[in-house]
Amino acid sequence: MTAYTATVTVRLKHGVLDPEAETTKRALERLGFDLSALRSADRYEVDLDAENADEAAERAESMAERLLANPTIHDYEVSVVEADDAQ
Amino acid sequence: MTVAVIQFGGSNCDRDAVRALNYLDIEAERVWHEDGLPEETTGIMLPGGFSYGDYLRAGAMAARSPIMAEVREAADDGIPVLGVCNGAQVGSESGLTDGAFTTNESARFQCEHVFLRVENADTPWTQAFDEGDVIEIPIAHGEGRFEITDERYDELEANDRILFRYCDADGNLTDEANPNGSTGNVAGILGDNESVAVLMPHPERSTLPDVGGTDGADILTGFRP
Repeated sequence: MTAYTATVTVRLKHGVLDPEAETTKRALERLGFDLSALRSADRYEVDLDAENADEAAERAESMAERLLANPTIHDYEVSVVEADDAQ
Repeated sequence: MTVAVIQFGGSNCDRDAVRALNYLDIEAERVWHEDGLPEETTGIMLPGGFSYGDYLRAGAMAARSPIMAEVREAADDGIPVLGVCNGAQVGSESGLTDGAFTTNESARFQCEHVFLRVENADTPWTQAFDEGDVIEIPIAHGEGRFEITDERYDELEANDRILFRYCDADGNLTDEANPNGSTGNVAGILGDNESVAVLMPHPERSTLPDVGGTDGADILTGFRP
């Protein structure tokens, strides 16, 4: 078994309104920043032991499917590194 | 007969729900989620509140608690299930109904009276109404914007699954009357059975005459056998 860190990034599907991001964008503009768009995402880092990176990714994907993301409004992506590399 | 009002950590409309149901002579009791459904359960209400502090997404944690497997089974057996506000978010997250309830278009918590148009009067929850009737009920939520893919929205419409839509006092479906930016002004929808419904507005807050408005009473009577 090897220790891995799986990073799950959950973001709203393209076209789904993100009022919090819109509000954040307006606040940045009030501070004088010039920007054309802002998107937000949630990122989860999961430490787990697995036989190999594929197995670690599969388990993290399953976590995203069953809880971390809501498939109606979210897309997600998973990346895996050996835990030592992540330190 | 007893309506089980399921209490999660952070539920806060459970007492109101029991009181409103009792006022309508419908027996109801609060049930702590870890205790499971009582044997004599004849109806289930998922109350409003902030279960698990809205961690992750509103309703996401409660939807995955063991009692929700029992609720889904009961729903399949035809036991009436009503999810209100956070209960609607829990119902949606647990797959009792389609779509998702997410952050209001305004990005603000909104607490106000709204008008709803009855879209389907052929359900236990709307038997007192006719299709097209306009009722007034309060909302109080930050994450009530109904989102769904176009394809599944079309399916909801085709299968007559939409229960209520936000409207103005005359029943017109306008953007101004849509408090949270919900797709199709949708305020409440049905599950696979007409006996399963979720809605963001609070019928239990418009049942006792002393707190103003009683249109919600006719929804809660859906629990009567």
